[in-house]
Amino acid sequence: MSAGVTMTAAQPVLREDAKPETPRPAATRATRPHVTIRGLTKRFGDASIYENFDLELPRGKLISLFGPNGCGKSTLINMIAGLIPVDAGQILFDGQTIDEISFGYVFQNYREALFPWLRALENIEYPLKLRHVPKRERRARVERLVAHLGVKIDLKRYPYQLSGGQQQLISIMRALIVDPEILFLDEPFSALDYEMTLFMREQLQRVFVETGTTTVLVSHDLEEAVYLADHVLLLSRGPARVADFVTYDAARPRNDATLSELDFVRIKAHCLDVFQREVRKG
Amino acid sequence: MKRLEPLLPMIGVVALITLWYLAVWLRAVDPVLLPPPTEAFRALWKGMNGGKLGADFLKTVERTTLATLIAAAMAIPLGILLGASEKLYRSVEFVIDFFRSTPASAMFPLFLVVFGVGDKTKISVAAFGAFLVILFNVAYGVMNARKTRLLAAKVMGASRLRVLTDVTLLESLPQTFIGLRNGVSLALVIVVVAEMFIGSTDGLGQRVFEAQQLFAMPDMYAAIFAAGALGYGLNLLFLLVERRFVHWSGK
Repeated sequence: MSAGVTMTAAQPVLREDAKPETPRPAATRATRPHVTIRGLTKRFGDASIYENFDLELPRGKLISLFGPNGCGKSTLINMIAGLIPVDAGQILFDGQTIDEISFGYVFQNYREALFPWLRALENIEYPLKLRHVPKRERRARVERLVAHLGVKIDLKRYPYQLSGGQQQLISIMRALIVDPEILFLDEPFSALDYEMTLFMREQLQRVFVETGTTTVLVSHDLEEAVYLADHVLLLSRGPARVADFVTYDAARPRNDATLSELDFVRIKAHCLDVFQREVRKG
Repeated sequence: MKRLEPLLPMIGVVALITLWYLAVWLRAVDPVLLPPPTEAFRALWKGMNGGKLGADFLKTVERTTLATLIAAAMAIPLGILLGASEKLYRSVEFVIDFFRSTPASAMFPLFLVVFGVGDKTKISVAAFGAFLVILFNVAYGVMNARKTRLLAAKVMGASRLRVLTDVTLLESLPQTFIGLRNGVSLALVIVVVAEMFIGSTDGLGQRVFEAQQLFAMPDMYAAIFAAGALGYGLNLLFLLVERRFVHWSGK
């Protein structure tokens, strides 16, 4: 499953490109940020996690969030995804709020995020059911997604009959089935064993290559954060600032050999440097 | 050896009956109080096949079932309502716990005054006891619904009502079944006690009591075994239903 990902131009079946919108020069749209955060403030009791925080995330990129423990990585994507309220500030997606766009969210704890009373297939199509998509079309869309991602799981099974990695893959498919404009993943592989983590990295890379969806990934593993990312967003301790926004532009698909390339090693070392500096400050 | 493992539970049964035989054979207990097991089982067989015991058995089944149904019909909706708001539950928690801890038999006189001597009293005291047990379990089932699961539904765009019907209710089912199993066991206990002491003419409790009064010991043991089989059977029934409909329980 590792290197055999085809790089043919991904058909836009999973993108929302088809939806009518005001015509705009392609170049402008591509360079305009997808997510714009202005003046974000969040406090938990006396602790200030974010204070007047500004950030822009580019469209169609995979952005990894990395930083010291408790700096608010998960808090940030939870606020962007609208799971927890902000105290002040504004988060816009190409000018729209989170309620106006379709997005996917993948939880760390797949065991508690999936519905054990539904079969894998029914779990994946649940978001479509909420949108009153007829059953026949739901099945068709799941089939298309399965074929697109090359998933080989018996979808008639219940989640508890699947391995951890398979369950998380079902969670990711459930997030993708709505053709999200943006995909959030909160430490999606940290509950898996190492072997499964490596496999799932390849799965996620494939999903990203195939769909080109803007993806925000929280990770506590620097190697994983750099390996998967177009950009690594390094956060400082609270109140969090952007310690660095590192670009890593190695070609995809990346594989095991990528991990020993000079470019990868250099960028990982740089990120580690920034991280250590921020940890010592705390 | 592996093939014989399903027979393990039988060892206890055989040991008990052997002990019983030994006690009879050694005259360790007065033979009037402890007849040989064969006599007790013969009484059970005859009683259940066209005898009075069978009719009493059915009467007790009927009362216990009715009491449990009434209790479940009231406790499940109310439990969901209370569980949906933790503050609401906390405000009535003490009252529920207090009456849950009160022996239901202590309520007999009160229910006698309200419902008179008859089936209504027996069924309603049993329903009262089962109600509190089911209520408490349903409410806890709802309150302990996995937060991540509720959040997952919300993040996918489910309305509050959809989260309740699609997630919370299903999340509470395993705990609800625990409540139902405990509830039906308690209802049976209360019904049997009520049949003994609240001017009853039928039911297993009455059968045990009457047999004892007449010193018809084989009949008394037969009625006790019938009551035991009923309790065990009801529990098993709920377990099977649970395994069928709440297949994810404990997984």
